[in-house]
Order: sequence, then C-alpha cells, then structure tokens
Amino acid sequence: MEKFTSHTGVAAPLRRSNVDTDQIIPAVYLKRVTRSGFEDGLFAAWRNDPEFVLNQPAYEKATVLIAGPDFGTGSSREHAVWALQNYGFKAVISSRFGDIFRGNSGKAGLLAAEVDEKVVQALWDHVEANPGAQVTLDLESRTVSAGEGVDRVEDSFTIDDYTRWRLLEGLDDVAITLSHEDHIEAYEAKRLPFKPATL
Amino acid sequence: MGRTLAEKIWDDHVVRSHAGEPDLLFIDLHLIHEVTSPQAFDGLRLSGRTVRRPDLTLATEDHNIPTTDLDKPIADLVSRTQVETLRRNAEEFGVRLHPMGDIDQGIVHVVGPQLGLTQPGMTIVCGDSHTSTHGAFGSIAFGIGTSEVEHVLATQSLSQAKPKMMAVDVVGELPPGSTAKDLILALITQETTGGGQGYIVEYRGEAIRKLSMEARMTICNMSIEWGAKAGLIAPDQTTYEYLKDRVHAPQGEQWDEAVAYWDSLVTDDDAHFDKIITIDASTVTPFVTWGTNPGQGVPLSANVPIPDEFEDANEKVAAERALEYMGLTAGTPMREIDIDTVFIGSCTNGRMEDLRVVADIIKGRTVADNTRVLVVPGSVRVRLQAEEEGLDLVFKEAGAEWRGAGCSMCLGMNPDTLTPGERSASTSNRNFEGRQGKGGRTHLVSPEVAAATAVLGHLAAPSDLPALTTTGA
Ligand code: SF4
Repeated sequence: MEKFTSHTGVAAPLRRSNVDTDQIIPAVYLKRVTRSGFEDGLFAAWRNDPEFVLNQPAYEKATVLIAGPDFGTGSSREHAVWALQNYGFKAVISSRFGDIFRGNSGKAGLLAAEVDEKVVQALWDHVEANPGAQVTLDLESRTVSAGEGVDRVEDSFTIDDYTRWRLLEGLDDVAITLSHEDHIEAYEAKRLPFKPATL
Repeated sequence: MGRTLAEKIWDDHVVRSHAGEPDLLFIDLHLIHEVTSPQAFDGLRLSGRTVRRPDLTLATEDHNIPTTDLDKPIADLVSRTQVETLRRNAEEFGVRLHPMGDIDQGIVHVVGPQLGLTQPGMTIVCGDSHTSTHGAFGSIAFGIGTSEVEHVLATQSLSQAKPKMMAVDVVGELPPGSTAKDLILALITQETTGGGQGYIVEYRGEAIRKLSMEARMTICNMSIEWGAKAGLIAPDQTTYEYLKDRVHAPQGEQWDEAVAYWDSLVTDDDAHFDKIITIDASTVTPFVTWGTNPGQGVPLSANVPIPDEFEDANEKVAAERALEYMGLTAGTPMREIDIDTVFIGSCTNGRMEDLRVVADIIKGRTVADNTRVLVVPGSVRVRLQAEEEGLDLVFKEAGAEWRGAGCSMCLGMNPDTLTPGERSASTSNRNFEGRQGKGGRTHLVSPEVAAATAVLGHLAAPSDLPALTTTGA
C-alpha cells in the first residue's frame, strides 16, 4: 500500500445523505475477479444524468469527494472503495461513514475523513462557489482546508490513531499480524475443544 | 464490574492486546462466497501465503447463481467466471465448498446455522454485511471487506477496535399477527439507519426470549440496517434445542461441556452498557417501508408520509427524493399501493418457518392477476424440506413460482431482477435504489404481509383476506 501523508486535489460536492454502497456501486458491477476496472460502476445510476456532479467539467479531475452524512452504509462490498479509487478518488469527506466502509477504506488506502456537519456544509459552499477548487487533507495534522483569506475553510477531521498510522506508513495489515504469529499459536493451543471445525 | 455478553465473548477471543492498537481477535468461523473472495485469494497468491485454518473456513455459492435451469451452466459469463474462480480457489487452498447442485448449498447465512456450525460464544465473520444473522445464537458475528477476508484467510484473526455496547430492551409482547420482521423494521425506523453505528447490540426482553431461533435470526440479520456492528441474543434452551444433533454440534460429553460454557454467556446484572434503548413490542403492528432505506418505514395501516412533516432538514430532502424514486404520492394509504412482484426469500426470511407461514396463508387462494410471485428457498435443504411438506405444490397451485436456492432477487445479481419502475413487496432486508434491479422499487415486508399482498395485489396483511369458503359435502 502506498503511504498517505497529505493530498491536495479538486473536490466534488455530492449533496446527498445516506449514499449506501448499492449507490456507490450496484451489485451487477461486482462480478470482476480483479481489484481494478470498477470505475465503470461508480454511482452507475446517476452517471447518465448530465446534471450529476461528476459529469460537470469543473469536477472532471476530482480526487476528493465531499458527501452528506451516512456515506457508505449498507453492504460490506470493498468494491465500493475500489470503485472510488479506480475512478481517481484519494479521499472522501463526510460527517458520518458506514462502519464497514470506513474500515475497508483504511485497509485499501482511501482516506475517509470524518468532519463536523458544519464543515461539510462550508466545503460544499466553497467548492460550489469556486467550481474546480482544490481541497487539502493533511493526515499528519488531521486537518482539512480549502481557499484563501476570508474564503478560507479550515478544520480538523477525525480518523482513529491506528488507521492513521497504517496509512502514514503504508503498512500491509497481514504482515503486521503475522509478526505476532506466536500469539496466534498460543491462542490456538488453548482454544476450547468443542468448537466446531469444517473439515 | 460485570461484563456484557458481547464483552465476555470478545475477551475470550483476544489473541493480542496492546495499548493504542486494536485488539487482535481469533476468528472461530470464516464463511466465504463467490463475490467478495476472489481478490482475497489473489492477494494470498501474490504474497505466497496460505489459508491458515481451512478447517475453520467454509465456502458456498449464493449471490450470483441462477434459481432456474439449475442443470445448465450459468448463462451469464461474468457470473460463471466468478463462481468458477471460487471453485478453483477452494480447490487450490483446500477450503470446503458447497457448490451449486450440492445438498448443503445455499445462502451462506442459512447454511452455517443449518449445519450447526453457528454456535454460541463464537466469533464469525464473512465478506457479507448480513453476517450479523449468526448473532442470534449468542455469537459476535459481523461482515468484513475483502481486505479483511484476505487477512482472516492468512491469519485466522482480525484486528478490531472494541465497539461500544448497547442493549435493546424489548418490553411487552408482540400482538398476534405481528412478527419479528415487523419488530425489527419498526425499531430501525425508530432509531434511523445510523442509530446503531459503532455498537454491538444485545436484543433482550421477554418478547425476544419467546421468539424461535429463525425469528431471532431475522432480528439479528437486520442489525446492520440500523448501522450496528453486530447484533446478538443470549443463548438459552431455544438455542440448544435448535442446535442439538445438528451435524457440527458438539456430541456426547463435549455437548455437556459446551452447554456449561454457553450457560455462562449472559450479561451480568452489573454490566455497563454505553446506551440502552427500549421498544414496546405490544405496539408493533405489520410494518412496511415506503422509502429507499430500511429506516423509512410506517405501519401498514398508515399513509405514505408527507416530507414537509419531517423536522430534520436532511430527512425531509431524503423523503422527497425517496418518494420521487418510489413513484409515490404523499398521503396515499399504504394499503392502496399496487405491487407487481412479490419476492419471498433471502437470509432475512427464506427459512422453513417463513415458507410455512406463507404457504398457510396462500393455501387455497390464488395469486392476484398481474402479480408475479417468486418463492426462493434460502438453501437446498430448505427447498427439499418444503417439498417434503408439499409446500411447493401449495405455491405452484396458487400461481407462484417455486425456485432453486440462493440470494436471487434480494440483490438482483442473477437474472431475478425488477425492471425499471417495477414495484416489489420483498421479504429481504434492503430497499435501496436499484437494489433489486435498476429503477426497481422495493417495499420491505414480513412473510405474512408478502403472502397477503401476493393474493390481493396490493400491500396487505393476512387479516385483510376474505375468509376461505369451505367447499365440499
Ligand atoms: S440473501 Fe441478500 S442479504 Fe442475504 S446474503 Fe444474499 S444478498 Fe446478502
């Protein structure tokens, strides 16, 4: 996984709440057996609509998504994270994320930055007033910022310490755990004998 | 201080705990299906790793597979590739697989309990959010993403920050005609889709104790629909009776040992919950959704809500959008909504009890004109059992379609989908936009409501059905 320290990019305002993972990528697009190529399915139901935010030229190169509350609720499909990444997004900002989505983002290297609802509103207003404006997410200082002078929006975002550390270091989770293999072996040795086995 | 049921199970599975890091938990059972596993197996291959505990892993095919023409190869090539990929991976890594055509094939959350692999006090994960179903046995069970699937395959463990603890006290008793599905739909509407976020939820109270195992599974299944990490119910005699003598249940002396341990799996009187909420079961009536998330529901006797009456601005906008998508007019009585397709199945309501209830209601009646009714059993064993009881004949005589086992129209990955604008009453768990097919409109209902709706062609409860006239001498 690549290290993530800070990112600056064009931010697209997605003024919707409760964007569940079926919206991010419908089930019919989940049939690939690779980790790439899911950008086609991203927000599939809305992409034909010329008014949809990602179809507007100003947001063509967007790498930051600013979404309403409860983004990524619903299914466990990590394809939702891959679809966002395959499309080019590096970070999503929302005031509340679905639990599994947030977990998946951390594992796959997409920054899910949780901010106060007021900050989402301020960022929406800012990028809509200045289409194509860039937003910066600094993982080291956990801050999100955009604009200059009186227009400046700056605030902190929340991300748990462990995920932040892993993203900053670009660490592979499995390798971290396997470095504690002795603990796993010790646990296995004392497991209750009546637990079921499939083989 | 005492501990909650979930805390006891959690503590019993900690492999490693270190300040500032999430706990590393041992995983007792890892369930796998074709959609969320290919990239995980690929990851193993790329890094030269193996499956650490194939003996704690079980795979089945469910999301993609057709429910008709079961003897033919899967027509959709991309689906077929995904299923074949699972078969190759299972073979290469030595994982037990129940493929199409196998007697133990079915929806992963129906198969686990049916085999007796789901037991109290376990940690169970699967790359599927409705893994919460298994919490009905008093386990910590939750859905994971594909990176985590790879992690569990490689290490049989998962690092997890400990969620907060919530108790849902269900007071009172469910009135006759109201079901577990109505209760959970009402609860989700009360708490909204984000209300359980960050919590493991324990469902408690007399009404819960009285529920059968299958009804408890319906409740826990939908925990994720109000955002909870997991939902669970303390094991009791009902749990043990369900489990006893199942293929993978402990046998002989081990059974007694297991029961002694399971008996300890209760929340202590002085345990601390971060939040306790209450719902009065006695006020629950048949409940249905009108919108595009499971928290947008009303009693069947109510009307489609008026967006302006929502206080919260976000909810108001969401309601307007939902009504537009659903093609509904505010103020319309729910009972006047005509239904094109009734779907009976899924890991929420695709088990024996559900099919029996539907058959009871439909028997001797016919499906309404212009209404298509799909009955899709949750597993092959459910299908065979239903056929042994003659339920398939009841469905077919009434004009419903009797299908093979799988997820089917719950998520429309196979050919069973709604067409744009088509409206369903569905016993599944998600009414998201496009969930059952692009442009499809879903109303979540109980099996009872689904059956009555099938007969009348509009949303209805069994009490709306005219009495059957008994014929004969
Ligand atoms: S039946 Fe529906 S909810 Fe259950 S596992 Fe299948 S797709 Fe998921």
